[in-house]
Amino acid sequence: MYSSRKICLPIVAVLLAAGSLAGAAEPGSFGYGSVATPAQIAGWDIDARGEDGAGLPPGKGTVDRGADVYAEQCAACHGTFGEGEGRFPKLVGGVGSLRDERPEPTVGSYWPFAPTLWDYINRAMPMQAPHTLSADDVYALTAYILNLNDLVPNEFVADRNSLPKVKMRNRDNFIWTDPRPDTMTKPCMNDCANAADVRISSTAEGRNLTPRTTGPLDTMQQK
Amino acid sequence: MGRRRFLRRFLGLGAVLTGSLAVGGKQAMAHPAQESPPADAPWSQSIGAGVVDRPYGRPADTEASVIRRNVPWLTASAESSVSFSPLQDLHGIITPNGLFFERHHAGRPDVDPAQHKLMIHGLVERPLLLTMKDIMRFPSVSRIHFIECPANGGMNWRAAQMNSLQFSHGMVSCAEWTGVKLSTLLEETGIKNQAKWAMVEGADGAHMNRSLPLDKCLDDCLVVYAQNGEALRPEQGYPLRLVVPGWEGNVNIKWLRRIKLGEKPWHTREETSKYTDLMPDGTSRGFTWLIDAKSVVTFPCPEKPLDGPGLYEIRGLAWTGNGKVKRVDVTMDGGVNWQSARLHEPVLSKALTKFTLPWRWDGRPALVASRVIDETGYVQPTIAQLRAQRGSNSVYHNNSIQTWQVKPDGSVFNVQLA
Ligand code: HEC
Repeated sequence: MYSSRKICLPIVAVLLAAGSLAGAAEPGSFGYGSVATPAQIAGWDIDARGEDGAGLPPGKGTVDRGADVYAEQCAACHGTFGEGEGRFPKLVGGVGSLRDERPEPTVGSYWPFAPTLWDYINRAMPMQAPHTLSADDVYALTAYILNLNDLVPNEFVADRNSLPKVKMRNRDNFIWTDPRPDTMTKPCMNDCANAADVRISSTAEGRNLTPRTTGPLDTMQQK
Repeated sequence: MGRRRFLRRFLGLGAVLTGSLAVGGKQAMAHPAQESPPADAPWSQSIGAGVVDRPYGRPADTEASVIRRNVPWLTASAESSVSFSPLQDLHGIITPNGLFFERHHAGRPDVDPAQHKLMIHGLVERPLLLTMKDIMRFPSVSRIHFIECPANGGMNWRAAQMNSLQFSHGMVSCAEWTGVKLSTLLEETGIKNQAKWAMVEGADGAHMNRSLPLDKCLDDCLVVYAQNGEALRPEQGYPLRLVVPGWEGNVNIKWLRRIKLGEKPWHTREETSKYTDLMPDGTSRGFTWLIDAKSVVTFPCPEKPLDGPGLYEIRGLAWTGNGKVKRVDVTMDGGVNWQSARLHEPVLSKALTKFTLPWRWDGRPALVASRVIDETGYVQPTIAQLRAQRGSNSVYHNNSIQTWQVKPDGSVFNVQLA
C-alpha cells in the first residue's frame, strides 16, 4: 500500500526481535515529505523562549537606537512614550495596579519575561509589516521599551545574554498550574433558594452597549 | 387550456421555458392565496432557477441578517479582533462554515496552499517538511469538536453588559474537522526522550504561537485541512490548522506552519501578557487551557422574544472540555427549582450538545437559565460563585450560568442574579 512498505517491514522485524513495544511506529514509516535540512530549519526557527532566552539570535541594540526605530515604526499606534494611541495597547504604566478595580497589565506591570518581548516584537510587530525588522532593531526596540518602563538603565544594551537577566516586576506572580475546578456545587433541584431572595443584581437592559443583531453590520462606538 | 396541456404543448414543441411563458401560465391559474387553500404562491406556479445558477450555494436572501457580527467599540482594529456566531438563528450542533466565529490577531491571510508547508523539528529524531499533499496522504480522521474563545462572555464578567445571545456567547462554534492526528505526525518524526512540550506556530502576520504539553498533543490533537466536509475556510486557517479538543480557542493555531518540540514551555506573549487570568490578590493563573463546562439557553433569548403565553420549546447548547455533557437542568424561576432537559443525540465528547425542554409560559415574569453537569461531575457555576473565586478582572473563562429575564410582554434581557 505505501511506497515505504519494503523499507518498513524489516524495521518492524528488528523492533519485534529487540522486544520493543509492538505497534509503536518507527520514525519515517510512511516516508512522506522531506527531511528538513539544517538550512531550512535555521530559516524557520524564529522563536525565543521567555524564561531563559533560548533561541535569541546574535546581535544587539541600544536604548537610543530603539528610540529612533520606535518613533518611526511604532509610535503612531503605541504613542511616543508607549502611552497608547486610542485603543491601541499601552506599552508602559500600570505598575502597582494589578489589584485595583481597573488594573493595567503592561510590559512594565505584568509581563513576566523580557525575552518574550523580543520574541513578540520580532514575530508580530509592527502590525502592518510584521517580521520585517532586523534582529538588531528588535533588540534596540526591546531595550527602549524596557527602559521606558524603568526596567533597565539608559546605557542598557540588549542582546541574547543581557535580556534573560532583566528582572521583570511581575515575574513571581504567575501560577503555571491550573487550579480549576475552583467552584464546587451540588446540583440542587427543588427549593434551592428562597424565591423572595432571588434578585437581579445587574441587567444589560438600556445600557446601549450592544450592536444590533439584524440588518447591516453596526458601526457603533462607545459613548 | 389546462395547465398540463399548456405545458405539454410547449415542451412538445421544444420551446425554452422562459420566465415570461411561465408567468403566462401562472396568470391563467392565479388564485388569491387566502381564498382557495391549498393556495399556490407565485413560486408554486412558475419555474425556478436551474442547477448551477449558484454553483456554490448560499443562504436564502431573506436570511441576510444571519451573519457574524462584531463589536466595533471593543478593539482598536478589525485585524486584531473577534466576530461572533449568530447562535440565535442556528439549529443543531454544527456551525455552518460561513458563520463560524472569527478571532484574528493580524487579519485573515490568504495563504497559497501550493506554497504552504508544515515544519516539525526540535527534539525529534527526523525533522520533516510536509506539503499539503504530503499531509493529506496520511491516514485521516474526522471528529466533531467545538472551539470556544476563552474570552467568550468576558464582557459579562463585571456585570450583565451585552443584551444579546450573539454577543454574550457567540465565540463558540462547532464543526466536523478532518485531518491527521498530530500523534501520527509526531510518530513519523519520532520524539526524543527529553521532549515534553510543543511550540505550535501560524503563518499569519502574528506568527501566532503557543506552548502545548506533549501529552495533549499525543492524546487527541488534530492537524486538519477540512471543516464540515470542505476545505477549511480562510478565516479558520486555510489550508491547515491545529484542533486542540476542549482547550481554549487560542491554542487551536490557524494557518499552522511549524511545530517544534522542546523540554520546556516557551511562555509566549499569548500565554503571559494575554490568556492568563488575573486574580483579585494580584497573582495570575497561566496555562489555563481547559474550557470548563458551559451551557446557554438559545431560545428564548434577547434576539428571540416570546410571542404571547402558550407552549414553547426551550432550546439550548451545552459543552465541556472535559468530555461529554452528562445532564442539563433548566430553571424558569432564577434557580429555585430546576428540571432536567432532554439531551439530543449525538452527545459527543468535546462537542456542542443540544438540549430542549417543553415549557408552558403563563405570561408572568420568568428568569430562565440552564446549568450543565459534565461526565466528570463538574457543575456549571453561577457568576457569583465564579466572582467569589476569581474576582472580575480575569477576562477569560467565564463559564457561568446565563440568566435570561422574560418580561410579561415576552421581551428577553440579559441579567445577573445576586
Ligand atoms: C498599526 C498599529 C501598530 C503599530 C504600528 C505597532 N503596533 Fe504593536 N500592537 C498593535 C496592536 C493592535 C497590538 C495588539 C495585538 C493583539 O493583541 O493581537 C499590539 C501589541 C503590541 C505589543 C504587546 C502589548 C502587550 O502588552 O501585550 C507590543 C510589545 C508591541 N505591540 C510593540 C510594538 C512595536 C515595538 C512596534 C514598532 C516596531 C509596534 N508595536 C507597532 C498595533 C500596532
